[in-house]
Amino acid sequence: MTKMVPLPSKSIVPERDAEHEPILETHRLGIDFGGLTAVDEVTLAIGRTEISGLIGPNGAGKTTVFNMLTNVYKPTRGDIMLDGKPTQGKSVAQVSRMGIARTFQNIRLFDQMSVLDNVKVGLHNDIHQSLLASVTHAFGFRKSEKEANERALEFLSFFNLDKFAYQKAGSLPYGEQRRLEIARALATEPKIILLDEPAAGMNPSETAELMENIRKIRDKYRIAVLLIEHDMSLVMNLCEGICVLDHGKVIAKGTPDEIKSNPKVIEAYLGKKKEK
Amino acid sequence: MARKKKISSFAVNNIKCYGLVILAFLVLMPLQSAGVLNNSVSGQLVPICAYVVMAISLNLTVGYLGELSLGHAGFMSVGAFTGVITAVALSQSVAAPELRLLVSIIVGGLFAGVAGLIIGIPVLRLKGDYLAIVTLAFGEIIKNIINCLYVGIDASGLHFSMKNTNELNLDAAGKVILNGPQGAVGITKIATFGAAILLILFALFIVLNLVHSKTGRAVSAIRDNRIAAESVGIGVTRYKLTAFIISAMLAGMAGALYAQNFSTVAAQKFDFNLSILILVFVVLGGMRNIFGSIIATAILYMLPELLRGIADYRMLIYAIILIAVMLLTNNMKVRAFIDTAMANIKGKLAGRKGGNS
Ligand SMILES: Nc1ncnc2c1ncn2[C@@H]1O[C@H](COP(=O)(O)OP(=O)(O)OP(=O)(O)O)[C@@H](O)[C@H]1O
Ligand SMILES: [Mg+2]
Repeated sequence: MTKMVPLPSKSIVPERDAEHEPILETHRLGIDFGGLTAVDEVTLAIGRTEISGLIGPNGAGKTTVFNMLTNVYKPTRGDIMLDGKPTQGKSVAQVSRMGIARTFQNIRLFDQMSVLDNVKVGLHNDIHQSLLASVTHAFGFRKSEKEANERALEFLSFFNLDKFAYQKAGSLPYGEQRRLEIARALATEPKIILLDEPAAGMNPSETAELMENIRKIRDKYRIAVLLIEHDMSLVMNLCEGICVLDHGKVIAKGTPDEIKSNPKVIEAYLGKKKEK
Repeated sequence: MARKKKISSFAVNNIKCYGLVILAFLVLMPLQSAGVLNNSVSGQLVPICAYVVMAISLNLTVGYLGELSLGHAGFMSVGAFTGVITAVALSQSVAAPELRLLVSIIVGGLFAGVAGLIIGIPVLRLKGDYLAIVTLAFGEIIKNIINCLYVGIDASGLHFSMKNTNELNLDAAGKVILNGPQGAVGITKIATFGAAILLILFALFIVLNLVHSKTGRAVSAIRDNRIAAESVGIGVTRYKLTAFIISAMLAGMAGALYAQNFSTVAAQKFDFNLSILILVFVVLGGMRNIFGSIIATAILYMLPELLRGIADYRMLIYAIILIAVMLLTNNMKVRAFIDTAMANIKGKLAGRKGGNS
C-alpha cells in the first residue's frame, strides 16, 4: 500500500482540527473515463468534526469524487485514507462499514419499503439477528427487532419523519425523501457523511431546517460532514472549509471568506454565468 | 397508533395465509376420508399443495429478491428424485412411512439447496438478469441428466449408471429406483394430504418470517436499490444467495412431496412449462403477495380440471392473462387509472356508509 505523503494541512481549515488526525484524506486522486480525465490531482483532508463543502460548476467532477470516496468508482490514480486506513481494494459495503455514509444526488431510497424499514436497513450491521432468528422469529428476534425499531424511530424523529414511519418511502414528498436518505445514512453510524446536494429541490424554509439539522448531526454524533451543494448561501453559512473543483481539478481551498474573495473561484463561477 | 397498525397488518396477513391453509384442510380432510371427493379431486390434493409450496418459494425469488427464475421446476426435480431415492433406501430400515416421508423431504430440500448454491454463487454476483438464463438452462440440464440416469438399490447399497439398468449390477433382490426416461418407478405412495398441508405451513412459516426480518429487509433493499443497499454496508451477494437457496430448498421439498404421491414420476414432468406455470401463479397472485400465490395456485390448478373441454387452450389462456396482467401492472397510466378508480369506489362506499348511519 502506498503511504500517503504528509499533507501541508490537516483539514481544509487547519485550525479547526489541528490537534487531530484527519478522518478522511485523499492524495492526488484522479480518474479517467475512456481516456477522458474527469477528476485529477484532488488532495483533500477532512477534519474529524468538520463541516466542509465541495463546490464547483456543473460537471466539475464533484459526484465523481464522492463515487471514488465510496469505492463505487475505482480511482485511476491516487489514494484514499479513511481514519488512517487505506480503502483501496475494499468493496462498497466494506467501505461503508469502515465509516463512510452517503446520500445520492438522484435520491436512492428503498421505495417499496416503509420509511421505518429504510432506516432499519441503515442499521443493518448493528442489528444482531442470526439467520435462524430471522426465519423463526425466535432466538432473540423480538429483542433485536425492538431495539432496531426504537433506534430507527429515534433517527426518524430527529428528522421529523416519525409520523411517516409506516408509509412507503417512495410515496414521500421530495424534501422528506432527502431527509430520509440522510437518516438512513446516519443509521450506519458513520465517521463521515457525504451529502450530494442535500438541499436540491427544497424550499427556503426546508433549506434552513436542513442547515440546522446538519449542524445538529455534527454536534450530536461528533462526525465529519462533506457536502456538495449549489446553494451558495447554504455553503457559505454552514461550511467551515470549502474546496472548489473546476474541470476535475481543485482550484481553491479555504474558509468561506477566503473562497468568496478568491479570483479563480469568481472566474470559474462568473465565467460560467457569462456563457449562459 | 401507527405502530400498532403496522404490527397488526403483519399479523393479519399471517392469519389470512395460515388460516386459509388450515381451513382448506379442515374442510377437505373429512370429505376425503369420508370418500365424498371423487378420485380425481382426491388425487389432486397433494399436487396442489406441492404447487402452492412452489409458488410461495418462487415468490421469494421473484417477488422479494426481484430475480427471475425460469427453472424452478429444476429444483423441484432435484428434490423429487433425491427424495424418492432416499425414501426407497430407507424403506427397510425405517418402518414408519411418516418418518420416511419427512426424511426424504428434508434430503430433497438439502439437495435442491446445494443446486441453488452451485448456480447462485457464480450467477448472483453478476449485475443483470443472468439468473433467468442460467436457471432456464439448469432446468433443462437437470431434466436431461435424470432422463439418462439409472439408480438401483440392493443389499450392498445404491448403484448408479448413466447407461441402462443392466449396468447397475444389482443382485437378485435388487430394485431399480430410477429407470432413465421412465423416471422414478415403483415409488411407495407415502405422501398424504395432511403432510402436504404441514409442508405448506412450514413454507409459510419460513417465508413470512423471513421477509419480516433483518435478512428479509436486506433482500428487499437489494431489490429496490442495489447501489443504495451496498452504500449502507449490505453484502449484496450473500443476501441474494441466502434468499435464493432458501427458495430452492423449499422447491426441492415440494418436489419430494409431489413425487411420492404417484407410483411413477418422470423427469419430463418438471420441464420448462411447469416452471412457467408456477411463475404464472406467482405473477397473477401478485408479487410479494403470498396469500395471492396460494389462491392463484389453487384456482388456476383446478381451472383446467373443471374446464376439461378447453384444456388444450390452457397455455394459450395463461399466456394471454399473463401478458395482460403484466401490461396492466407495469403501465403507469393504467395503474394510475386503476388507483383513482379504486379510490373513487372506496370513497363512494365510505360515503354511502356515512349516509346510512
Ligand atoms: N461513469 C462515467 N462514465 C463516463 N463519464 C463520467 C462518468 N461519471 C461521470 N462522468 C463524467 O465526469 C464529469 C463529472 O461529472 P460529475 O457527475 O462528477 O459532475 P458534478 O460536479 O457532480 O456535476 P453536477 O453539479 O451537475 O452534479 C462529467 O463530465 C461526467 O460526464
Ligand atoms: Mg453531481
